[in-house]
Amino acid sequence: MNQNNGAGTRKPIRVVLAKPGLDGHDQGAKVVARALMDAGFEVIYTGLRQTPEAIARIALEEDADVVALSSMAGSHLPICRKLAPLLQQAGLADKLWIIGGNLPAQDHDALRALGFRGIFPSSSRLGDIVNFIRTNAS
Amino acid sequence: MKPKDMPQDGPRPIVNESGIAIKPLYSAADVEASGGTAMIGLPGEYPFTRGIHPLMYRKQPWTMRQYTGFGNAADTNKRFHYLIANGQTGLNVAFDLPTQCGLDSDDPQAEGEIGRVGMAVDTLRDFEVAFEGVDLDRITVSLTINGAAAILIAMYLAMAEKRGYDLAKLRGTAQNDILKEFVGRGTWIYPVEPSIRLVGDTIEYCAKHAPKYSPVSVCGYHIRESGADPAQEMAYAFCIAQAYADDVIRRGLPVDEFAGRLSFNFNCFGNIFEQVAKFRAGRSLWAKIMKEKYGATKPGSMWMRMIAGGGGGGLTFEQPELNIVRGAYYALICALAGTQTMALCCFDEAYTIPSEYAQRISLRTMQLLIEEMGLAETVDPLAGSYYVETLTNQMRGRMEAIMSEVDAQGGIVKLIAEGAIQARVSSQAYQRQREIEEGRFRKVGVNCYRTEEKTPEMEFHPYRDDDARAQIQSLSKVRAERDPARVRAALARVQADARSGANLIPAIVEAVKAYASVGEISAVLVGVYGRYSEPVRF
Repeated sequence: MNQNNGAGTRKPIRVVLAKPGLDGHDQGAKVVARALMDAGFEVIYTGLRQTPEAIARIALEEDADVVALSSMAGSHLPICRKLAPLLQQAGLADKLWIIGGNLPAQDHDALRALGFRGIFPSSSRLGDIVNFIRTNAS
Repeated sequence: MKPKDMPQDGPRPIVNESGIAIKPLYSAADVEASGGTAMIGLPGEYPFTRGIHPLMYRKQPWTMRQYTGFGNAADTNKRFHYLIANGQTGLNVAFDLPTQCGLDSDDPQAEGEIGRVGMAVDTLRDFEVAFEGVDLDRITVSLTINGAAAILIAMYLAMAEKRGYDLAKLRGTAQNDILKEFVGRGTWIYPVEPSIRLVGDTIEYCAKHAPKYSPVSVCGYHIRESGADPAQEMAYAFCIAQAYADDVIRRGLPVDEFAGRLSFNFNCFGNIFEQVAKFRAGRSLWAKIMKEKYGATKPGSMWMRMIAGGGGGGLTFEQPELNIVRGAYYALICALAGTQTMALCCFDEAYTIPSEYAQRISLRTMQLLIEEMGLAETVDPLAGSYYVETLTNQMRGRMEAIMSEVDAQGGIVKLIAEGAIQARVSSQAYQRQREIEEGRFRKVGVNCYRTEEKTPEMEFHPYRDDDARAQIQSLSKVRAERDPARVRAALARVQADARSGANLIPAIVEAVKAYASVGEISAVLVGVYGRYSEPVRF
């Protein structure tokens, strides 16, 4: 469940949504960002070309409940291999890490093993992403 | 048929993606009410609604130019020869992201991305290998490069010159449309103003030294992919093309000396009739703009020459074999619309870099239209259709209204620099996604006619880390073999010219000839211009 801010209302879930690497395809990330905002989450969209170091830093500074990546250009595995230890070092291992984009099924196990609990390949529905975050972010 | 006998509108109103209400039946009265027949004319004559050439495909079918590139230059060269052997008539080169972003393969940011979505290019050596054995007189080459376009155009010209081609006759195209990169696609490097200046430099340089080369292909395509409707796609592209033209005219170059080499790249997914009308309307609107606003007098300056056919945004991850069928309709649209060049997205492209098999299917799709379906026999075959002519007039009206709105809001450069166009189209993309998920905008296989049957096995393009290492080694070898003093002097001249505001292309050509790398030249320019910082607006 979400944290209670003491005033009887829930603190909104904070999502850092990042575009890692050099991939410039941001239509999907922006669509997801809007869907998450409409669902009542606070979304910090990083913009393009974020390094793993920058993503870990932003996630920490922004007190993210969810670290969400969007990758369309095939470099998700090398990027996530670099990012996962950085998120752990930043003390964000207990946060919800998710990834969406052009993610071939054969890579899903490797992404899960790295700690990405939600995997949303092309053709995923916005409602499913929202529900997954609601259920799993704490 | 008398109006009173005509059927009434059906039970539900239909509005096309550009916001135009579609009737169940059209007559001569609709053509008249939408503006009449004055803009139809004849192919090869102003306002070129029906085509830029009198005989169009009867004289020469469209150029077939599938988008290709992966791994290193040698891998890509092999695929080029495969496509040419299968009847392809042009090349359309995909570059990897480090190249597109102005980074060398040994840059830390390039890790994991080398040769992945296109061919890796570090120095002129890569271009020499990539185009080995390709007759550049017979096969024209299009470079899909934007942020780093000035450098890669220089490389292409240097490579051609080295092989003995006369630059005065050399044909080819570069995408080199940086303004749309800020809206969609995202391979910008420098801030907006110097980026436009670099585009202007390439246009000015080519007008003087490589007059048959098309230095810019202005892309409505990616703006449409980012969420624009078809009328916006074309209107924004025309605004952007004018921004480049204005930059060159400010340098004192007369419009007729460069406008003939401007070209366009458009999308084509969606309603067949809306798409055909879009292209016909766009052709006449661009001609009108160039003639009336810019005072062009040469017919070539008024031509909206284009590549079309991609349509990635219309293809689906679900039931990917349907993308073969969609691709065939997209090719039909583009042929009916009189495109100069066609490139179809492949059916497996939502999954992977297209296989040879998928690329051959796309190529054969275009060849079928020419050889079996009669699409290259008669010019502008839909002309005179009450529906198509009415829609052509209406689409032109929508485009003009959108362009006026852009002007009233301060112009396209300001709207892109502020992120306003980006916010508008991404909001539309979100609306469309919701309509798809709620079943209000139908996509076969996505929100209707779904199947639980398994998707056919896809042949995934292999990615080998060894290739990345080999590319880095090959760059090191070039660095070790080149003349360091010549490189230093050439890069110093690039820096000096960037500071003084001189046309940068001669200095960049000299640098690439000295085997300075994409990353080295780009770093010098970043040192002078700075880097673009993205306005993230919702």
